Amino acid sequence: MLRFLFTRLVLLVPTFIGITIAAFAFIRLLPGDPILVMAGERTVSPERHAELLKQFGFDRPLWQQYLEYLGNALSGDLGRSLVTKRPVFDEFMTLFPATLELSLCAMIFAVVLGIPAGSVAAVKRGSPWDHMVMGSALVGFSMPIFWWGLLLIILFSGILHWTPVSGRISLTYFFPPVTGLMLIDSLLSGQKGAFTSALSHLILPTVVLGTIPLAVIARQTRSAMLEVLSEDYVRTARAKGLPASRVIGIHALRNAMIPVITTIGLQVGTLVAGAILTETIFSWPGIGKWMVDSIFRRDYPSVQGGLLLIAVMVMLVNLIVDLLYGVINPRIRHAR
Amino acid sequence: MTAETIHHAVIDHRRGGRLALFLEFWSYFRENRGAVAGLVVFAITCLLAIFANVIAPYGPTEQFRDALLQAPVWQEGGSTRFLLGTDAVGRDLLSRLLHGARYSLFIGCIVVSLSLVVGVLVGLFAGFIGGTVDTLIMRLMDIILAFPSLLLALTLVAVLGPSLTNAMIAIALIQQPHYVRLTRGSVLTEKTKDYVTAARVAGVGPLRLMFRTILPNCMAPLIVQGALSFSDAILGAAALGFLGMGAQPPTPEWGTMLAEAREFILRAWWVVTFPGLAILITVLAINLMGDGLRDALDPRLKRS
Amino acid sequence: MALLEINNLTVEFSTSHGPFRAVDGVSFSLDRGEVLAIVGESGSGKSVAMLAVMGLLPWTARVTADRLVFDGKELLGLDDRARRAIIGKDITMIFQEPMSSLNPCFTVGFQLIESLQFHLGMSRKQARNRAIEILRDVGISAAERRMSAFPHQLSGGMNQRVMIAIAIACKPKLLIADEPTTALDVTIQAQILDLLLSLQRETGMALVLITHSMGVVAETAERVSVQYAGQKVEEQDVAGLFSDPHHPYTAALLAALPERSSARRLPSIPGVVPGQFNRPTGCLFTPRCSYATDLCRKLAPPPQPPALGFALCHYPLIAGRPQGHPGNREAAE
Repeated sequence: MLRFLFTRLVLLVPTFIGITIAAFAFIRLLPGDPILVMAGERTVSPERHAELLKQFGFDRPLWQQYLEYLGNALSGDLGRSLVTKRPVFDEFMTLFPATLELSLCAMIFAVVLGIPAGSVAAVKRGSPWDHMVMGSALVGFSMPIFWWGLLLIILFSGILHWTPVSGRISLTYFFPPVTGLMLIDSLLSGQKGAFTSALSHLILPTVVLGTIPLAVIARQTRSAMLEVLSEDYVRTARAKGLPASRVIGIHALRNAMIPVITTIGLQVGTLVAGAILTETIFSWPGIGKWMVDSIFRRDYPSVQGGLLLIAVMVMLVNLIVDLLYGVINPRIRHAR
Repeated sequence: MTAETIHHAVIDHRRGGRLALFLEFWSYFRENRGAVAGLVVFAITCLLAIFANVIAPYGPTEQFRDALLQAPVWQEGGSTRFLLGTDAVGRDLLSRLLHGARYSLFIGCIVVSLSLVVGVLVGLFAGFIGGTVDTLIMRLMDIILAFPSLLLALTLVAVLGPSLTNAMIAIALIQQPHYVRLTRGSVLTEKTKDYVTAARVAGVGPLRLMFRTILPNCMAPLIVQGALSFSDAILGAAALGFLGMGAQPPTPEWGTMLAEAREFILRAWWVVTFPGLAILITVLAINLMGDGLRDALDPRLKRS
Repeated sequence: MALLEINNLTVEFSTSHGPFRAVDGVSFSLDRGEVLAIVGESGSGKSVAMLAVMGLLPWTARVTADRLVFDGKELLGLDDRARRAIIGKDITMIFQEPMSSLNPCFTVGFQLIESLQFHLGMSRKQARNRAIEILRDVGISAAERRMSAFPHQLSGGMNQRVMIAIAIACKPKLLIADEPTTALDVTIQAQILDLLLSLQRETGMALVLITHSMGVVAETAERVSVQYAGQKVEEQDVAGLFSDPHHPYTAALLAALPERSSARRLPSIPGVVPGQFNRPTGCLFTPRCSYATDLCRKLAPPPQPPALGFALCHYPLIAGRPQGHPGNREAAE
């Protein structure tokens, strides 16, 4: 088990270096003068240009610039946003909880619905249930989620007026953020109706963001369960006279979860990509929307910083999932 | 036991050759009704796209000032002039959708061809050379995979400038790792097999070995990946178009159409619904085909 | 009253190529404390018949019988809850592949305690203590430590012992062992068989041993039932079977034993077991039988009386000679 952990950590280092190189190279790949890009100014006088050259360190050799960049990054200095003038890292951290809340809810939605759906489809293979679940899953990941979001808005906000169109909470409520997670903060604030407002704002974005992970998890669970259900040890469990609920829910599912955990982990990347689109549609103030806005506003330091932070975050989540996989797979956890 | 019993030898009467292989594949494929339905829909989409010029009642950028945001024919306010209604600047939705099909299929073909060709070449190369070069290439692929796909595509397009061509290049780049990994994996597996050793001993040179001996045996997963990439490319290009980083207006690309329609969702549902529906139907058809392809190409893998 | 009575058990699988009869009209009865061996080649339906008794067949299987009675209770059409009260408690089964028959995600102890808790309602502590006892009974050393071991950490022989432990945990009246030693090393095979037999003697439970090895049959069984292509073709006590087989198939099986051959070439039975598509009319053994006549090809043979071992043959053998057979042909071998 320790060796597993160690190898995973070691493999992370080159990937991390690669990510930093990519982020570093980003600014220099942009069309135009990178100094102007970094400063966000259109035209500068030659003196100002020389000044900026020194300030940004462009007069030094490339590898030195990279090392400086790396050093800064590791200590949390990712430059300043050209638009807000605040440090990029701080901007990111302010907006990150919104995306975190949305992503967590979406993932919970996907897992809580997807695993049972996939299991039922596997147990009742070939039945109408099976076809319905699999058909829905296929439609789920064939559709563009930005369209799906717009459709839901038309239906639930436009026609039925059940849910609001945008934002995290009704503008009538205001309280200082404690955790950054609106659901928790609204409860803590004690204001009447705040929690319900936060919840109603969260529903549609959660469903939209969670649709593709839900579809993928349902399909994977079905696949894994089908394989597991035909294994000898399931037959043994049945031969012991155990009730079907225990045979499927404990003996089979536990084994089926091993490959499904990997799938759930792989969905994190999908969630980030989906967050970009979902946050744009619902005007959800998270890092997805921030990235899109930054690109349009040519706030390139923010884009560079965001790229690095998001990639590192995804990398860490993948590591955690890998470790989790090592824990729940008894062959790795209790290797001889 | 008599000698006669030994002569009950089984003579394999099955037909051989490429045609027989294809027919066998086709009989498996045919069994999957979803896949066949997908194939039919996809074929229809292709035909519509190819003949869009002829079928569409109007040009995709023709504006009719007297019919702005007109409803579809079956709703109040609609007319038979514009079957699916018009958008905010009076362009016929049906015509734009038909022309949009051309863009989507074009995007799919280009992206898949590009990433397939490059990915396979790199994968073959990496698998064959092995050693440091191989490790380097795989690390590069890992780095590309470390970034969430849309995010990377977005920043690439930001670097290159928003346009449909750049969007296609960005998406093709993002799909590279899948092909490279697949091909390299297959090469590594096949490399150790006896038929490769036999070919080497017979004096087959490395290039020929790569392309004539090994590659044909890796085709099955590559074809399935190709189908998946096709639909991913369409969705990706639509997403970029929606964000304003792909095809630029007035190009009738389905994603770009959705971006333009966004402000009207509560007023004119048809401008939003139909382009997205078009994307859904096309991608669904391709995914159904892809599932069918996977099951048919290797029935042993059939999850059913 | 017999412990297990099976009358005319038939199992049909619905496949995409039509129905397939895996078990065809098998009947026998088993008394308490008896040891019965069921012998046959692959495809003889010996496992399927017992799986049908346990109710472990997939939904594609259709199980019919005139009677399927265990300990006075009719098993056919039993509702799920009543069946689960019997299966795993009074009738238990162990399978061929011990390495894959245990759940890799749970410890040996967990899987053993589960049975005790479910069927005997023991508390956690009681069950744990009893589990350790049972592990010792099946010859596992360091039983307490093994309780927290995972199946992949134990050898094949150990895993099979654990399977046996689980099977005898609730003191069953009948234990069905489906080729329990086939997947094990030769040295371990003897140990496992000895273990099964000594447990049988101590507890007085009935034992059904399914095997394809006549050698195992000779060493373990009291009575033997021979199956071929889903049908029971002979049933006798073990001594009688070996000294005077009544069905040509049994005779051929015995003749194929290396210990019995004196010629330079081992005799083998030509042809293959009929599958789904090449079932002969009349007697199923005709394509491979050296005594086959037109009557055999046309008419399915009736079972002979008990004295002739219920042999499913028109011309049952006595001392190697087919009775009432036209033409005095000897075996063509």
